[in-house]
Amino acid sequence: MQSKSHGVVHWKLQRISAIAMIPLVIWFVSSLVLSLTNNYDQSVSWLQNPLNATGLVLLFGTLYFHAASGLQVVIEDYVHNEGLKIMSLILIKLLSILLGVLSILCVLKIYL
Amino acid sequence: MAEFALPKHSKIVKGIDYPIKSEAKNTKKINVYRWSPDDDENPRIDSYTIDLDQCGPMVLDALIKIKQEIDSSLTFRRSCREGICGSCSMNIDGTNTLACLKSIDDVKGDINIYPLPHMEVIKDLVPDLSKAYEQLTSVKPWLQSKSEPEKGKSRKQSPKEREKIDGLWECVLCFSCSTSCPSYWWNGDKYLGPAVLLQAYRWIADSRDENTEQRLEDLEDSFKLYRCHTIMNCTKTCPKGLNPAKAIGEIKKLQLERK
Repeated sequence: MQSKSHGVVHWKLQRISAIAMIPLVIWFVSSLVLSLTNNYDQSVSWLQNPLNATGLVLLFGTLYFHAASGLQVVIEDYVHNEGLKIMSLILIKLLSILLGVLSILCVLKIYL
Repeated sequence: MAEFALPKHSKIVKGIDYPIKSEAKNTKKINVYRWSPDDDENPRIDSYTIDLDQCGPMVLDALIKIKQEIDSSLTFRRSCREGICGSCSMNIDGTNTLACLKSIDDVKGDINIYPLPHMEVIKDLVPDLSKAYEQLTSVKPWLQSKSEPEKGKSRKQSPKEREKIDGLWECVLCFSCSTSCPSYWWNGDKYLGPAVLLQAYRWIADSRDENTEQRLEDLEDSFKLYRCHTIMNCTKTCPKGLNPAKAIGEIKKLQLERK
Protein backbone atom coordinates (compact mmCIF):
# COMPACT_ATOMS: atom_id res chain seq x y z
CA MET A 1 0.00 0.00 0.00
CA GLN A 2 2.98 2.27 0.50
CA SER A 3 5.46 0.21 -1.43
CA LYS A 4 8.54 2.10 -2.46
CA SER A 5 7.75 2.54 -6.13
CA HIS A 6 4.37 4.13 -5.44
CA GLY A 7 5.67 7.53 -4.42
CA VAL A 8 5.86 9.24 -7.77
CA VAL A 9 2.98 7.29 -9.36
CA HIS A 10 0.59 8.22 -6.58
CA TRP A 11 1.74 11.85 -6.65
CA LYS A 12 1.34 12.04 -10.42
CA LEU A 13 -2.11 10.41 -10.56
CA GLN A 14 -3.36 12.65 -7.77
CA ARG A 15 -2.35 15.72 -9.76
CA ILE A 16 -3.63 14.44 -13.10
CA SER A 17 -7.03 13.61 -11.57
CA ALA A 18 -7.12 17.07 -9.97
CA ILE A 19 -6.46 18.76 -13.30
CA ALA A 20 -8.99 16.54 -15.07
CA MET A 21 -11.64 17.54 -12.57
CA ILE A 22 -11.31 21.27 -13.27
CA PRO A 23 -13.15 21.20 -16.65
CA LEU A 24 -15.41 18.35 -15.53
CA VAL A 25 -16.61 20.17 -12.43
CA ILE A 26 -17.05 23.48 -14.28
CA TRP A 27 -19.11 21.67 -16.93
CA PHE A 28 -21.15 19.76 -14.34
CA VAL A 29 -21.94 22.75 -12.12
CA SER A 30 -22.83 25.01 -15.05
CA SER A 31 -25.08 22.27 -16.47
CA LEU A 32 -26.78 21.99 -13.09
CA VAL A 33 -27.34 25.73 -12.88
CA LEU A 34 -28.65 25.89 -16.45
CA SER A 35 -31.09 23.02 -15.84
CA LEU A 36 -32.42 24.28 -12.50
CA THR A 37 -35.87 24.84 -13.97
CA ASN A 38 -35.94 21.54 -15.88
CA ASN A 39 -38.73 19.09 -15.12
CA TYR A 40 -38.24 15.32 -14.69
CA ASP A 41 -38.55 14.41 -18.38
CA GLN A 42 -36.12 17.14 -19.44
CA SER A 43 -33.60 15.96 -16.88
CA VAL A 44 -33.88 12.36 -18.06
CA SER A 45 -33.42 13.39 -21.68
CA TRP A 46 -30.38 15.49 -20.67
CA LEU A 47 -28.83 12.37 -19.20
CA GLN A 48 -29.67 10.37 -22.31
CA ASN A 49 -27.45 12.60 -24.40
CA PRO A 50 -24.27 10.49 -24.90
CA LEU A 51 -22.00 13.50 -24.31
CA ASN A 52 -23.61 14.28 -20.97
CA ALA A 53 -23.57 10.63 -19.88
CA THR A 54 -19.89 10.33 -20.84
CA GLY A 55 -19.10 13.50 -18.91
CA LEU A 56 -20.85 12.22 -15.81
CA VAL A 57 -19.19 8.80 -15.94
CA LEU A 58 -15.77 10.48 -16.29
CA LEU A 59 -16.56 12.91 -13.48
CA PHE A 60 -17.62 10.16 -11.06
CA GLY A 61 -14.62 8.02 -11.95
CA THR A 62 -12.12 10.83 -11.40
CA LEU A 63 -13.93 12.17 -8.35
CA TYR A 64 -13.86 8.92 -6.37
CA PHE A 65 -10.33 8.13 -7.49
CA HIS A 66 -9.13 11.59 -6.42
CA ALA A 67 -11.04 11.45 -3.13
CA ALA A 68 -9.59 8.03 -2.30
CA SER A 69 -6.01 9.05 -3.05
CA GLY A 70 -6.42 12.29 -1.07
CA LEU A 71 -7.87 10.48 1.94
CA GLN A 72 -5.07 7.94 1.70
CA VAL A 73 -2.53 10.76 2.17
CA VAL A 74 -4.47 12.17 5.14
CA ILE A 75 -4.54 8.76 6.84
CA GLU A 76 -0.88 8.07 6.18
CA ASP A 77 -0.12 11.48 7.68
CA TYR A 78 -2.12 11.18 10.87
CA VAL A 79 -2.87 7.53 11.71
CA HIS A 80 0.20 5.99 13.28
CA ASN A 81 -1.24 2.73 14.54
CA GLU A 82 -0.18 0.27 11.81
CA GLY A 83 -3.25 -2.00 12.06
CA LEU A 84 -5.73 0.85 12.14
CA LYS A 85 -3.94 2.52 9.26
CA ILE A 86 -4.10 -0.51 6.98
CA MET A 87 -7.73 -1.14 7.91
CA SER A 88 -8.79 2.43 7.13
CA LEU A 89 -6.82 2.47 3.88
CA ILE A 90 -8.55 -0.73 2.71
CA LEU A 91 -11.91 0.59 3.86
CA ILE A 92 -11.44 3.82 1.90
CA LYS A 93 -10.43 1.94 -1.25
CA LEU A 94 -13.43 -0.41 -1.02
CA LEU A 95 -15.87 2.39 -0.22
CA SER A 96 -14.71 4.57 -3.08
CA ILE A 97 -14.89 1.65 -5.52
CA LEU A 98 -18.38 0.82 -4.24
CA LEU A 99 -19.62 4.40 -4.53
CA GLY A 100 -17.90 4.95 -7.88
CA VAL A 101 -19.38 1.82 -9.46
CA LEU A 102 -22.79 2.58 -7.98
CA SER A 103 -22.80 6.16 -9.33
CA ILE A 104 -21.67 5.07 -12.78
CA LEU A 105 -24.28 2.30 -12.91
CA CYS A 106 -27.00 4.82 -12.00
CA VAL A 107 -25.94 7.01 -14.93
CA LEU A 108 -25.88 4.03 -17.27
CA LYS A 109 -29.29 2.82 -16.09
CA ILE A 110 -30.90 6.10 -17.14
CA TYR A 111 -28.80 6.35 -20.29
CA LEU A 112 -29.48 2.85 -21.61
CA MET B 1 -4.88 5.43 18.27
CA ALA B 2 -4.99 9.14 18.94
CA GLU B 3 -3.37 10.21 22.18
CA PHE B 4 -5.73 12.48 24.04
CA ALA B 5 -3.50 13.36 26.96
CA LEU B 6 -0.29 15.19 26.18
CA PRO B 7 2.97 13.70 27.45
CA LYS B 8 3.78 14.65 31.02
CA HIS B 9 6.51 17.11 30.19
CA SER B 10 4.32 19.06 27.75
CA LYS B 11 2.75 21.10 30.51
CA ILE B 12 4.84 24.20 31.06
CA VAL B 13 4.61 25.95 34.42
CA LYS B 14 5.55 29.47 35.46
CA GLY B 15 9.15 29.68 36.57
CA ILE B 16 11.39 32.13 38.33
CA ASP B 17 11.18 35.86 37.68
CA TYR B 18 14.51 37.69 37.69
CA PRO B 19 13.65 41.41 37.86
CA ILE B 20 16.27 43.98 37.00
CA LYS B 21 18.14 45.43 39.95
CA SER B 22 19.66 48.56 38.45
CA GLU B 23 17.89 51.78 37.43
CA ALA B 24 18.09 50.89 33.74
CA LYS B 25 15.58 52.63 31.48
CA ASN B 26 15.90 50.63 28.27
CA THR B 27 14.89 47.16 29.45
CA LYS B 28 13.50 44.02 27.85
CA LYS B 29 11.89 40.99 29.42
CA ILE B 30 13.04 37.67 28.04
CA ASN B 31 11.00 34.56 28.76
CA VAL B 32 12.97 31.35 28.32
CA TYR B 33 11.89 27.70 28.30
CA ARG B 34 13.76 25.75 30.96
CA TRP B 35 13.85 22.01 31.47
CA SER B 36 16.44 19.83 33.06
CA PRO B 37 16.70 16.03 32.80
CA ASP B 38 18.30 15.94 36.25
CA ASP B 39 15.10 16.37 38.26
CA ASP B 40 11.55 15.21 37.64
CA GLU B 41 10.12 18.71 37.30
CA ASN B 42 7.92 19.92 34.46
CA PRO B 43 9.36 22.52 32.09
CA ARG B 44 9.03 26.12 33.24
CA ILE B 45 9.31 29.59 31.77
CA ASP B 46 11.87 31.76 33.54
CA SER B 47 11.72 35.51 32.98
CA TYR B 48 14.85 37.65 32.85
CA THR B 49 14.72 41.41 32.55
CA ILE B 50 17.90 42.85 31.06
CA ASP B 51 19.33 46.30 30.37
CA LEU B 52 19.50 46.69 26.59
CA ASP B 53 21.99 49.56 26.88
CA GLN B 54 24.44 47.03 28.33
CA CYS B 55 23.76 44.30 25.78
CA GLY B 56 24.64 43.48 22.16
CA PRO B 57 21.97 43.83 19.44
CA MET B 58 21.06 40.18 18.85
CA VAL B 59 18.97 37.70 20.81
CA LEU B 60 22.07 35.54 21.21
CA ASP B 61 23.82 38.48 22.90
CA ALA B 62 20.94 38.66 25.36
CA LEU B 63 21.16 34.92 26.09
CA ILE B 64 24.92 35.13 26.65
CA LYS B 65 24.40 38.15 28.92
CA ILE B 66 21.82 36.23 30.95
CA LYS B 67 24.12 33.21 31.25
CA GLN B 68 27.08 35.36 32.28
CA GLU B 69 25.39 37.79 34.62
CA ILE B 70 22.11 36.34 35.89
CA ASP B 71 21.80 32.58 35.62
CA SER B 72 24.77 30.43 34.65
CA SER B 73 22.61 27.30 34.53
CA LEU B 74 20.86 28.48 31.33
CA THR B 75 21.83 26.02 28.60
CA PHE B 76 21.94 26.67 24.85
CA ARG B 77 24.14 25.88 21.85
CA ARG B 78 26.14 28.58 20.21
CA SER B 79 29.45 29.01 18.48
CA CYS B 80 30.16 31.42 15.64
CA ARG B 81 27.64 34.19 16.51
CA GLU B 82 27.41 35.17 12.83
CA GLY B 83 24.99 32.73 11.19
CA ILE B 84 27.54 30.33 9.78
CA CYS B 85 27.68 27.44 12.23
CA GLY B 86 23.94 26.84 12.64
CA SER B 87 24.25 25.98 16.33
CA CYS B 88 21.95 28.54 17.95
CA SER B 89 18.73 27.63 16.14
CA MET B 90 15.72 27.99 18.43
CA ASN B 91 12.14 29.25 18.42
CA ILE B 92 12.17 33.00 19.05
CA ASP B 93 8.99 35.06 19.05
CA GLY B 94 7.12 32.12 17.52
CA THR B 95 9.50 31.51 14.63
CA ASN B 96 12.41 29.12 14.25
CA THR B 97 15.55 31.08 13.56
CA LEU B 98 19.18 31.58 14.55
CA ALA B 99 19.49 33.58 17.77
CA CYS B 100 22.63 35.25 16.40
CA LEU B 101 20.78 36.58 13.33
CA LYS B 102 17.63 37.68 15.15
CA SER B 103 17.74 41.30 16.23
CA ILE B 104 16.29 42.12 19.66
CA ASP B 105 14.66 45.22 18.15
CA ASP B 106 12.68 43.05 15.72
CA VAL B 107 10.65 41.62 18.59
CA LYS B 108 7.84 43.76 19.94
CA GLY B 109 7.18 43.28 23.66
CA ASP B 110 8.68 40.41 25.62
CA ILE B 111 10.91 37.95 23.80
CA ASN B 112 9.69 34.36 24.15
CA ILE B 113 12.34 31.74 23.52
CA TYR B 114 11.67 28.00 23.18
CA PRO B 115 13.74 25.12 21.82
CA LEU B 116 13.08 23.97 18.24
CA PRO B 117 9.52 22.55 18.18
CA HIS B 118 8.64 18.87 18.34
CA MET B 119 12.12 17.60 19.10
CA GLU B 120 13.13 15.78 22.27
CA VAL B 121 14.76 18.29 24.59
CA ILE B 122 18.14 17.45 26.09
CA LYS B 123 18.21 20.50 28.33
CA ASP B 124 16.67 23.99 28.18
CA LEU B 125 17.13 25.23 24.59
CA VAL B 126 19.15 22.24 23.42
CA PRO B 127 17.12 19.83 21.25
CA ASP B 128 18.17 16.29 20.42
CA LEU B 129 19.07 16.38 16.72
CA SER B 130 20.61 12.92 16.50
CA LYS B 131 17.73 11.50 14.41
CA ALA B 132 17.94 14.43 12.01
CA TYR B 133 21.70 13.86 11.63
CA GLU B 134 21.05 10.17 10.94
CA GLN B 135 18.62 11.18 8.20
CA LEU B 136 21.24 13.54 6.79
CA THR B 137 23.77 10.70 6.66
CA SER B 138 21.22 8.54 4.85
CA VAL B 139 21.25 10.83 1.78
CA LYS B 140 25.06 10.57 1.55
CA PRO B 141 25.79 14.29 1.53
CA TRP B 142 29.17 14.04 -0.14
CA LEU B 143 30.50 13.89 -3.68
CA GLN B 144 30.10 10.47 -5.27
CA SER B 145 31.99 9.97 -8.49
CA LYS B 146 33.60 7.05 -10.30
CA SER B 147 35.66 9.11 -12.71
CA GLU B 148 38.95 10.55 -11.52
CA PRO B 149 39.74 14.24 -12.00
CA GLU B 150 42.79 15.15 -14.05
CA LYS B 151 45.90 14.42 -12.06
CA GLY B 152 46.69 17.22 -9.65
CA LYS B 153 43.66 19.24 -10.76
CA SER B 154 40.28 19.83 -9.22
CA ARG B 155 37.04 18.70 -10.88
CA LYS B 156 35.94 21.21 -13.49
CA GLN B 157 32.60 22.96 -13.34
CA SER B 158 31.36 25.72 -15.62
CA PRO B 159 29.99 28.93 -14.02
CA LYS B 160 26.55 27.88 -15.28
CA GLU B 161 26.78 24.47 -13.61
CA ARG B 162 28.09 26.10 -10.48
CA GLU B 163 25.08 28.44 -10.41
CA LYS B 164 22.78 25.46 -10.00
CA ILE B 165 23.92 24.88 -6.43
CA ASP B 166 23.49 28.51 -5.41
CA GLY B 167 20.79 28.72 -2.75
CA LEU B 168 21.68 25.18 -1.69
CA TRP B 169 25.28 25.19 -0.52
CA GLU B 170 24.56 28.07 1.90
CA CYS B 171 22.50 25.82 4.22
CA VAL B 172 24.11 25.65 7.67
CA LEU B 173 22.04 22.68 8.84
CA CYS B 174 20.38 24.46 11.74
CA PHE B 175 17.17 22.40 11.18
CA SER B 176 14.94 25.46 11.68
CA CYS B 177 13.04 24.39 8.56
CA SER B 178 12.54 20.72 9.36
CA THR B 179 11.31 21.52 12.86
CA SER B 180 8.84 24.10 11.49
CA CYS B 181 7.24 21.55 9.16
CA PRO B 182 3.98 19.95 10.38
CA SER B 183 4.60 16.96 8.15
CA TYR B 184 7.97 16.49 9.86
CA TRP B 185 6.30 16.84 13.27
CA TRP B 186 3.83 14.03 12.53
CA ASN B 187 6.12 11.73 10.53
CA GLY B 188 9.65 12.82 11.42
CA ASP B 189 10.71 9.18 11.77
CA LYS B 190 10.00 8.40 8.11
CA TYR B 191 9.82 11.75 6.27
CA LEU B 192 13.30 13.19 5.69
CA GLY B 193 12.21 16.81 6.19
CA PRO B 194 13.15 19.97 4.27
CA ALA B 195 16.70 20.39 5.61
CA VAL B 196 17.78 16.90 4.58
CA LEU B 197 15.91 17.04 1.24
CA LEU B 198 17.60 20.35 0.41
CA GLN B 199 20.94 18.69 1.14
CA ALA B 200 19.95 15.74 -1.05
CA TYR B 201 19.09 18.13 -3.88
CA ARG B 202 22.36 20.02 -3.36
CA TRP B 203 24.19 16.84 -4.50
CA ILE B 204 21.64 15.94 -7.18
CA ALA B 205 22.11 19.41 -8.70
CA ASP B 206 25.90 19.26 -8.52
CA SER B 207 27.32 18.57 -12.01
CA ARG B 208 30.40 16.89 -10.49
CA ASP B 209 28.34 14.22 -8.73
CA GLU B 210 27.79 11.08 -10.82
CA ASN B 211 25.35 9.23 -8.61
CA THR B 212 22.24 11.27 -9.45
CA GLU B 213 20.16 8.31 -10.63
CA GLN B 214 20.77 6.30 -7.45
CA ARG B 215 20.13 9.36 -5.29
CA LEU B 216 16.75 9.90 -6.98
CA GLU B 217 15.92 6.19 -6.72
CA ASP B 218 16.63 6.25 -2.97
CA LEU B 219 14.33 9.25 -2.51
CA GLU B 220 11.42 7.86 -4.53
CA ASP B 221 9.38 6.87 -1.53
CA SER B 222 5.93 7.94 -0.43
CA PHE B 223 7.27 8.81 3.02
CA LYS B 224 10.88 9.97 2.59
CA LEU B 225 9.97 12.55 -0.07
CA TYR B 226 6.23 12.70 -0.69
CA ARG B 227 5.18 13.62 2.85
CA CYS B 228 6.02 17.16 1.70
CA HIS B 229 2.66 18.80 1.08
CA THR B 230 4.11 22.17 0.05
CA ILE B 231 3.12 23.81 3.31
CA MET B 232 6.05 26.26 2.82
CA ASN B 233 6.82 26.79 6.52
CA CYS B 234 10.39 25.74 5.73
CA THR B 235 10.94 28.56 3.26
CA LYS B 236 9.19 31.07 5.47
CA THR B 237 11.31 30.30 8.51
CA CYS B 238 14.79 29.76 6.97
CA PRO B 239 17.14 32.22 8.74
CA LYS B 240 19.47 32.11 5.73
CA GLY B 241 16.70 33.04 3.28
CA LEU B 242 16.92 29.75 1.38
CA ASN B 243 14.04 27.93 -0.28
CA PRO B 244 13.88 24.25 0.76
CA ALA B 245 10.33 23.95 -0.65
CA LYS B 246 11.67 24.79 -4.11
CA ALA B 247 14.47 22.24 -3.76
CA ILE B 248 11.89 19.57 -2.84
CA GLY B 249 9.78 20.66 -5.82
CA GLU B 250 12.80 20.20 -8.09
CA ILE B 251 13.33 16.67 -6.75
CA LYS B 252 9.66 15.87 -7.43
CA LYS B 253 10.04 17.23 -10.96
CA LEU B 254 13.06 15.02 -11.59
CA GLN B 255 11.15 12.02 -10.25
CA LEU B 256 8.40 12.72 -12.80
CA GLU B 257 10.94 12.88 -15.62
CA ARG B 258 12.47 9.56 -14.56
CA LYS B 259 9.27 7.52 -14.61
